[in-house]
Amino acid sequence: MNPLHRPGDSPVHRLPAQVKIVGALAFVLCVVATDRTAYWAFGAYLAVLAAVWVVAAIPPGWMAKRALIETPFVVLALAAPFLGGGPETEVLGVSVSVSGLLAGWNIVAKGTIGVLASLTLAATTTPRDLVVGLQRLRTPSVVVTIATLMLRYLEVIVAEARRMRLARISRGHDPRFLWQVGATARGIGTLFLSSYERGERVHLAMVSRGYAGALPDTGGPARPLSWLSGLVPAATAAVVLVGTL
Amino acid sequence: MTPPALLVDGLAYAYPDGHQALFGVNLRVDRGERVALLGPNGAGKTTLVLHLNGVHTPGAGRVEVGGLAVAKPNLKEIRRRVGIVFQDPDDQLFMPTVREDVAFGPANFGLPPERVDQALAAVGMTEHADRSPLHLSGGQRRRVALATVLACDPEILVLDEPSANLEPVARRELAEVLLGLDRTLLMVTHDLPYALQLCPRSVLIDNGVVVADGPTRDLLADTELLAAHRLELPFGFRLD
Repeated sequence: MNPLHRPGDSPVHRLPAQVKIVGALAFVLCVVATDRTAYWAFGAYLAVLAAVWVVAAIPPGWMAKRALIETPFVVLALAAPFLGGGPETEVLGVSVSVSGLLAGWNIVAKGTIGVLASLTLAATTTPRDLVVGLQRLRTPSVVVTIATLMLRYLEVIVAEARRMRLARISRGHDPRFLWQVGATARGIGTLFLSSYERGERVHLAMVSRGYAGALPDTGGPARPLSWLSGLVPAATAAVVLVGTL
Repeated sequence: MTPPALLVDGLAYAYPDGHQALFGVNLRVDRGERVALLGPNGAGKTTLVLHLNGVHTPGAGRVEVGGLAVAKPNLKEIRRRVGIVFQDPDDQLFMPTVREDVAFGPANFGLPPERVDQALAAVGMTEHADRSPLHLSGGQRRRVALATVLACDPEILVLDEPSANLEPVARRELAEVLLGLDRTLLMVTHDLPYALQLCPRSVLIDNGVVVADGPTRDLLADTELLAAHRLELPFGFRLD
């Protein structure tokens, strides 16, 4: 899988994570609230994102490759014009539903911009900083703890699963055959148990160092200037949204 | 007279399922001593260690750390005083970066943040402070795990199988770090040569009681004693 984070030292990268999270969320809310027939507005949103990429030095191709994650939704959107009811119109000689066409456009336009906005956030913020940002935004501590531990242990568990798979195929296991999936399933069960036991050991080690239910607060508050500059894209989107009303 | 770093007196414990693991353990470790805790698997070593910081509550007997009884009201201070380095560093290092992990204990115990850098320097890991524990070698992880505990300024360091899964060089480097620390040390291990290198005194536990307590060299030279408790020196070692 392509990494979603693109290390860099641009002004966008340097913004505190909490500013970027709020900015991305506000931006997406503006996009979603836009009337689907205000076609020009979506072009404006895309331009705002493109401007952010220029500042963050992210090539559009890099973004496009990762935006492919959206493909299943695009397929759904392409089907909508043929499945919708109501009045029909002709596109390239094919008769399609008007409401279906608009619904499909709505999904593609808002979905694409939403995905691109999320990718921009992910590209310029390390997963660790995202968690710090959530913590700064007073996300419940149990959510922060779960996210932190997931970041740390996901790779440990994946490595364990890989070792178990190697050990299985070294003994002639070939899960392409249906009657052998049982071993894979039992492997997943074992993996679950070992992860659970590891969880208990991790908790024991945390308690031994004085853990009392909350991770220490990390990161500092964002300066007003950071908020001001970080929210420019969202503010621009808000102006566009007001312009469509 | 200063109280001993660790005092275990008549400690007995049975697990909730009825399995009795400890039958009256007595152990006194004075400040500055380095003691190896030896014994076969299932002898009760880990159970004893988990009593030292109050994870288990004794069925009978008492435990004191630096004169402070291990009891519910003192738990926080006890856990600061007893620094346990667990066997698998992946269990101990749970934060995304080395520095954050080392800072976890001091933040919980309200210790000054300078301790983080001091602890990292003491184990020679300062330059790796901003890396993820995932990207460190086994020996480096072990040293970071040690730093996470050192940062809490413990009265007694408790190490569970510190040399397990270490390559020979990493094993030696860890020994050098430990010898340079000048702290009270209790080391649970099956690695008898390591016990000899690091700990002048050894305590042998089996079936939930202390069966021998004396100079490490004398204990390890007693082949009959070792054999009676499923211990033996590695191939090629002789002490007599």
